[in-house]
Amino acid sequence: MLWFHNARLIDPEQGGDKIGSLLVRDGQIMEHDGPCPEAAEAIDCHGKCLAPGIVDMGVQVGEPGAQHKESLRTAGLAAARGGVTTIVMRPDTDPAIDTPEVLEYVTRRAQARTPVHIRAMAALTRGRAGREMAEIGFLLDAGAVAFTDGDRVVTDTKLLSRCMSYARGLGALIIGHPQDAGLAAGACASSGKFASLKGLPAVSPMAERMGLDRDMGLVEMTGVRYHADQITTARSLPALQRAKRNGLDVTAGISIHHLMLNEFDVGDYRTFFKFTPPLRSEDDRRAMVQAVAEGVIDVICSMHTPQDEESKRLPFEEAAPGAVGLETLLPAAMRLYHSEGLSLPQIWRALALNPAQRLGLPAGRLSSGAPADLVLFDPDAPFILDRFKLQSKSKNTPFDEARMQGRVLASYVAGACVYAREQEDA
Amino acid sequence: MRGRMEFSQNHLLGIEPLRPAEITTILDLAEEYVALNRSSEKHATVLEGMTQINMFFESSTRTQASFELAGKRLGADVMNMSMAHSSLKKGETLIDTALTLNAMHPDLLVVRHASSGAVNLLAEKVNCAVLNAGDGKHEHPTQALLDALTIRRKKGRLHRLVVAICGDIAHSRVARSNLILLGKMENRIRLIGPPTLMPKGVEEFGVEVYDDMRAGLEGADVVMMLRLQRERMDGGFVPSEREYFHRYGLDAEKLAHAKEDAIVMHPGPMNRGVEIDGAIADDINRSVIQEQVEMGVAVRMAAMDLLARNLRRARERARLREAADG
Repeated sequence: MLWFHNARLIDPEQGGDKIGSLLVRDGQIMEHDGPCPEAAEAIDCHGKCLAPGIVDMGVQVGEPGAQHKESLRTAGLAAARGGVTTIVMRPDTDPAIDTPEVLEYVTRRAQARTPVHIRAMAALTRGRAGREMAEIGFLLDAGAVAFTDGDRVVTDTKLLSRCMSYARGLGALIIGHPQDAGLAAGACASSGKFASLKGLPAVSPMAERMGLDRDMGLVEMTGVRYHADQITTARSLPALQRAKRNGLDVTAGISIHHLMLNEFDVGDYRTFFKFTPPLRSEDDRRAMVQAVAEGVIDVICSMHTPQDEESKRLPFEEAAPGAVGLETLLPAAMRLYHSEGLSLPQIWRALALNPAQRLGLPAGRLSSGAPADLVLFDPDAPFILDRFKLQSKSKNTPFDEARMQGRVLASYVAGACVYAREQEDA
Repeated sequence: MRGRMEFSQNHLLGIEPLRPAEITTILDLAEEYVALNRSSEKHATVLEGMTQINMFFESSTRTQASFELAGKRLGADVMNMSMAHSSLKKGETLIDTALTLNAMHPDLLVVRHASSGAVNLLAEKVNCAVLNAGDGKHEHPTQALLDALTIRRKKGRLHRLVVAICGDIAHSRVARSNLILLGKMENRIRLIGPPTLMPKGVEEFGVEVYDDMRAGLEGADVVMMLRLQRERMDGGFVPSEREYFHRYGLDAEKLAHAKEDAIVMHPGPMNRGVEIDGAIADDINRSVIQEQVEMGVAVRMAAMDLLARNLRRARERARLREAADG
């Protein structure tokens, strides 16, 4: 039994942000008022924040296939250190998680190796090749929380509509990557003055809107539950709002990088700033922050994509996209609190409550009966990020040497401490 | 050209980092080399003892020959490496190739690469002066400098001119470097081409954009034609060569809209009958295409000379520092 007291409790469900105490028994949060029960271990939080652990929707783990970039073990350690208590793994492994066998293999290995929860998404089509439907029913039974081909767009609309119809019958969630594949082919930047000056092949932000429009049409046709993995441009927002208003079961996410960085950060061809979709204009970035504040965008995730040095030490066009994010998600998100005027409960809705609810997980809450997946953090603690101190095997973060504010002090999974900053410092 | 000249660059990666005074420095020094190149004793010694490596990841005849000649006339030991068919095909990365070459202690590295920014990446990893001989769709600084020198000699100045750049702007590093340079020197720039060959956001560069060639050429002092880079086309940017020539090929009728004494430029190699009429290319009263080639050698000599001076100075400083520390 644990009794957290003198804690600034961040409750995304109730919108609460006040000093209080919290009791944990048998891995669950308990209803409790008053002093410390006798049998409980008291933890003085010194007024620091205690919030539900982050549910990171869309993490790439290199296992199986690319353990040299990230393994289940290192991803788990990184997550614990970053206050992520549930990793929602992307199926873009090699082989892809497209059969119940691969899913079981991953789940079994994860249980033995990672201190945090790992839930896997499964591929929507076999081998993520966009040609035949994966075994959605079997995969759902084996524990898949959602179905997606990652950043590969299923271009065959007939196949996608069948996948959606089939998934609807099972109540499964489909995660799309809204992008017009034709327009986006070969692009590594957002079109505009910057890309033209740098001579980089670029794609118009309109390609995202067109992809979203197509997907919304199919969702309306099939009635499937749908989540857009990343909405990154202002042009997509009206289409998203319209779909929600019309009662479609649609949600959307964004990576923390698209909320914090813009196209100019690429600067002199810095490949750690190469993402799919590419970084957008400052106008777009600000519109996205606004959309998160208003709840039009539901989920913030890290889009953790480990890449080794060799994949990044290439000319910009040839370099691999993506960045690690498990350990930088929380401090980066604190910028929303310090600089963009969002409240902590607002941020935690997007980091924990909404993704958990969308995926049907009990986490993301502080109410009685919820699993005691918690993160204790200091929202103000300043530091300069050193990428070589990250737990992730890969060190490709755009926040290297960035001044950040907000540190995780401890993480708890089902009431057990899986990371404590004190021990690391000691 | 004696005395302190303004030039504080360690590499020539693009026109963008250059200040107008530095551009003028290069052009002034290049004038001296034009004179040298026209004399019978075409030899200087400013690069003596230095090693120049030409690394061309994209095949090139003209630019490579020009750099080679420039280096040799300045007394450097010049080595050509045609990388288009070499170890990169065996899986070696660009950086490893750079490190391998770096171990041979070159002083000047001339690089052409198909990816934008590749030369910048290389420059970070080697400790010699790097010259960009064209990277992807990004920059081709020596081409813009030789164009500037040609214009300055023909027009007597390099400011307040109306310069029309016509053709495949989107895929052209020559166009990018030129419009940056001519903008820095305060000229009026017009870009002419079909919308499919115009880069996005180009209006924000402070240029005027035309898709009607006659309107764009009206009153121009300089007409700069670009090659329609067929090898870079993904296909389908223009309907056909003959339609392109009809609308954007430079012929006498269209050229009549420019100023009477307008000069015609082309970076070469030309596609006669695609972007330029053969008769205009050969018209010695209008076309300065041959002079551009001549200026190319002189400008490259000037750029390498200036970089070598800075390199020697930097090495001397490092040596003194070491001596002081030791």
